[in-house]
Amino acid sequence: MSILSGKKVIIIGDRDGIPGPAIEECAKTAGADVVYSSTECFV
Amino acid sequence: MNSVIKGTGYVLVHTPDMVLHNGTTQTTERIVNPESEYLKELPKHLRSYEDVLSYYPNQTYIGNVTPDELAAVEQPWHDKKAPMNDRFGPFGEIMPQEEFLLLMQACDVFDLVKLSSDFVAAHKDALLKNEYVGPAVEGRLAEGVSMEEVEKLVNEEHAEPLYHGNVLVGCVKNAHDIDVNLSAHVMLENIVSKASSVLAMLHAVRNAGIDKNEVEYVIDCCEEACGDMNQRGGGNFAKAAAEIAGLDGATGCDVRGFCAGPAHAILNAASLVAAGTFKTVMVTAGGCTAKLGMNGKDHVKKGLPALEDCLGGFAVILTADDGVNPCINLEYVGRHTVGTGSSPQAVISALVTNALDKAGLKINDIDKYSPEMQNPDITKPAGAGDVPQANYKMIGALGVKRGDLEKSELAAFPQKHGLVGFAPTQGHIPSGVPYIGFARKSILEGTINRAMIIGKGSLFLGRMTNLFDGVSFIIEKNEGKGQEAGVSEEQVKGLIAKAMKDFAASLLAE
Repeated sequence: MSILSGKKVIIIGDRDGIPGPAIEECAKTAGADVVYSSTECFV
Repeated sequence: MNSVIKGTGYVLVHTPDMVLHNGTTQTTERIVNPESEYLKELPKHLRSYEDVLSYYPNQTYIGNVTPDELAAVEQPWHDKKAPMNDRFGPFGEIMPQEEFLLLMQACDVFDLVKLSSDFVAAHKDALLKNEYVGPAVEGRLAEGVSMEEVEKLVNEEHAEPLYHGNVLVGCVKNAHDIDVNLSAHVMLENIVSKASSVLAMLHAVRNAGIDKNEVEYVIDCCEEACGDMNQRGGGNFAKAAAEIAGLDGATGCDVRGFCAGPAHAILNAASLVAAGTFKTVMVTAGGCTAKLGMNGKDHVKKGLPALEDCLGGFAVILTADDGVNPCINLEYVGRHTVGTGSSPQAVISALVTNALDKAGLKINDIDKYSPEMQNPDITKPAGAGDVPQANYKMIGALGVKRGDLEKSELAAFPQKHGLVGFAPTQGHIPSGVPYIGFARKSILEGTINRAMIIGKGSLFLGRMTNLFDGVSFIIEKNEGKGQEAGVSEEQVKGLIAKAMKDFAASLLAE
């Protein structure tokens, strides 16, 4: 069982690292309930 | 017909007081935590103009230090001095804040920028003496107003204060009592963008060696919006800046795409020239006050100088093929489409390898890649890593996957085909375009044949879509076959050789 299974997850992606939608796809396959996902930019 | 890169202008403006008063990291902190240690500490971390001049990445941006020379300097760079501290370089200049405040006043045609008469008197001559800017602003500088008037506007009429050396020296008035899109805050941001764009345009015209009247069309690609409550982003920065720069024969428009804006704008400009619509098109963008000191909290926490203390600006002039200058290849353009996806691998595939596939080129057929050229001195301490290097690692990895590179060549790929970042974190400013000046120079000198400019944009920040975006294009050596080509260097050499042969033959015959 994944550590994310059944957990509510808030995702802050990094535009120059891993963006939100990519993390979201991974988290969902690990059984997470994604309640918020966005990508931020610091450059 | 090809379009060629005729000239470029790159400018920085040192604006330490705008870091404190206009950068959004600071303005937000002032609202949510007005007594914070950060706000107390930050002023102690501001750099002097002299320190900004002798900062390696800044000298690289204006062309006095090449990217290769910068790469040979061990990082970090903030604790080192460049061997020169020149204000001017082959691509542009680093303007001090006091002159820029006057340039803002000259660029304001609605009597919104009010500077104290003492401040104007103290710095007017310095700006007029600037051979690039002086002639354009002469006759546009107001004498200034009393400090009582400035204080009244700031204290009673919601004007945005302007400081120099942390002393109030003027303000920007609101342009409407109710309309938030014409508020003093928005007007300040827009006038700053316009003024820094004008500065870059003036350098570009001079560097390209053209007459101002030759410019037929200007495209602005900054990230600001100008308009009123009925048309928030109506525009048009391009024509407004062209007016001040004295490009009387030009019209223009604004192209937006977050940080990908410049790459989109250059593709638009190159296409207009290639189609024969216009012979000379300029792409320009000014800087952004909001991003000043954006990563300041991390810099202060780590005891570093506040490195995001400069506005950036650039301008690129494209003309019809002259048979000499490097061309923009419009056949093999990379683009991130709606269906591409957002993973780094998908993005780089769409922007780099798809274009190479179309062109029948391998990863290493491009001599230099210019993705996002953010200065790692700024981004690494803030936890954002080395952005150009991250791009090169992904490009190299895709090269190995395609069989263009051996795995053993991967480690050397960033050094051989990449660049170190040297541009300020001003959003659109570092996005691919800072290298165009050097690319033009290196291709003309014959040290490289092809460069790829990659622009990426964070569309999701506008909350209209979750999509990412980007376009890329290749700049390549001019083979001298342009339809409207003049006589290329090779052709001249050929003609001279033929004439000498004929002359020798005639002597022998005698």
